[in-house]
Amino acid sequence: MSAVEDVVTEAPAVEAVPKRAMTLGFGTSLVMLALLLLVPLFVKNFIIFQLTMLLIYGLAVLALNILTGGSGQFSLGQSAFYAVGAYTSAILMEHADMNYALTLPIAGIICFAFGFLFGQPALRLSGVYLALATFALATAMPQLLKLGFFEHWTGGVQGLVVTKPDAPFGLPMSQDMWLYYFTLAITVGIYVASVNLLRSRSGRAFMAIRDNEIAASAMGVDVALYKTLAFGVSAGITGVAGGLGAIAVQFVAPDGYTITLAISLFLGMVVGGVGWLPGSIVGSAFIIFVPNIAEGISKGLSGAVFGVLLFLVIFLVPHGARQVAMVAQQLVGKLKK
Amino acid sequence: MELFTNQVLAGIATGAIYACMALAVVMIYQAIDHLNFAQGEMAMFSTFISWQMMQWGIPYWGAFVLTLAFSFAGGIVIERLLFKPLAKAPILTNVAGFIALFAIINSVAGLIWDFTIKQYPTPFGSSPFLGSQLISTHQAGMIGVTVLLLILLFFFFQYTRIGLAMRAAASLPESARLVGINTSWMIALGWGMAAAIGSIAGMLIAPVVFLEPNMMGGVLIYGFAAAVLGGLTSPLGAVIGGFLVGIFENLAGTYIPGVGNELKLPIALALIITVLVVKPAGLFGRPIVKRV
Repeated sequence: MSAVEDVVTEAPAVEAVPKRAMTLGFGTSLVMLALLLLVPLFVKNFIIFQLTMLLIYGLAVLALNILTGGSGQFSLGQSAFYAVGAYTSAILMEHADMNYALTLPIAGIICFAFGFLFGQPALRLSGVYLALATFALATAMPQLLKLGFFEHWTGGVQGLVVTKPDAPFGLPMSQDMWLYYFTLAITVGIYVASVNLLRSRSGRAFMAIRDNEIAASAMGVDVALYKTLAFGVSAGITGVAGGLGAIAVQFVAPDGYTITLAISLFLGMVVGGVGWLPGSIVGSAFIIFVPNIAEGISKGLSGAVFGVLLFLVIFLVPHGARQVAMVAQQLVGKLKK
Repeated sequence: MELFTNQVLAGIATGAIYACMALAVVMIYQAIDHLNFAQGEMAMFSTFISWQMMQWGIPYWGAFVLTLAFSFAGGIVIERLLFKPLAKAPILTNVAGFIALFAIINSVAGLIWDFTIKQYPTPFGSSPFLGSQLISTHQAGMIGVTVLLLILLFFFFQYTRIGLAMRAAASLPESARLVGINTSWMIALGWGMAAAIGSIAGMLIAPVVFLEPNMMGGVLIYGFAAAVLGGLTSPLGAVIGGFLVGIFENLAGTYIPGVGNELKLPIALALIITVLVVKPAGLFGRPIVKRV
């Protein structure tokens, strides 16, 4: 029995998203930025911390979005890259006394290399097979970090404690607030860079591969190079997010980076809209706040409540926040006429 | 050498569990073209139902048959209520749906039956099988049931009208619809069958791993791995994949120094990926040819 035909002309796993639909307009972006700049001035420290985490997970979701929404490759292994980034930052800060800001580019570069190398064998795989390979990476990572061999650096099961940085130049700010603005600056920088990346020649190559690999290679796109490059870029950004996460949480431990994190990031991407970069922040808000809301509604059934809420979201908007944004845009367009 | 044979035998015994699960995974993959992440939880829930019936005094085989019927109906209901509306949604949205279903079933089972570990009876007894200490009669029975299921499925798909219709609906839905096959109901039927096979797997596995809401977590991962290794398009491949994964896992645990229980899973997965890199469609799967 075979369910597979010799010739399959099905649609690609990830729908084609036009290049322009991947970003927000200039005006909307400025309003968003202003909001993100002003909100922390009016809320408590704990909420500022949550907002920082929102930005950090937003970055990680954005990274997955470039990989899946951009180049059409699926990954359940983002938690592994996140863990490598977090540990790189933590080890450099605690063992080498390096400045926290300097550890981030190093975390990014190491993760880029890691992702690029992982992309090589992953080239042969696609769809569920790739999902399984990345999944294996995600399950192996916490175990690898616990190995006695690395214990001197990683602190084994105990993990490492990271000191939170003070605001520099004697700025009159709490640590949380400084870290928020620091994270915001990096997030905005990476967001702008990602938008430009997807608009560039490389971005077009990613999307050509996503939409049709064979056609892309016939057009002269170096499929192997760009696929691994997408993995590298995605891992690099995730690594920076991981480093920031380690600084914000002030703690790294192997069990903080299990497959659950990778699944959360995946859910964030779906809720935000696959291939729509601004949606990353919406998805990140979903994975940070909805579990808390579910817990608030019912302690014993929090998993069920979370599941039902997730079902509601995908029933109402199967294409995620992108769909909401598109409907809103059409409404605004009608009002203008 | 004796250690080696013993480990292989033990591997076959655990492999039977994975083979059972992998068979259920492949079944649903044939019908709906996705890996169902909630499959293990559905099987766990069915197993709890059968346990509850036995608590109420229904004999084992009575509970077995009733649970089968319940799971079949349950699978169809889940498909009709939750996943039919998502048929036109992107694939990744469907995957998110599976994760949501996973969370719901796990949490509900935990609330009804709580998280304590429960004993589950076996119909085959647990004395040593043919004098071997490594395989019990239960495990031998499990292997027997898996093979029987495989044969039944083969005949179902190969020699019955409805089996043919299901294959047609899965491989070319458009053309199947044109010759009068109700493709939408074929998918529902696939869900029902997968749920029923999953419940058999659950009831066979429960005496070994004990009954609790998280019992399927590890098993499902190995089941997926086995299905992918064998080739997702081939039920026979899935079963062989299951046994291979079981053997791999045991041998790695015995012969590679420093591999405890913790590292067994990553090593088994790494081996599978190595196999996939050489043979991307799995050992027995047919490669899909794409055209522009």
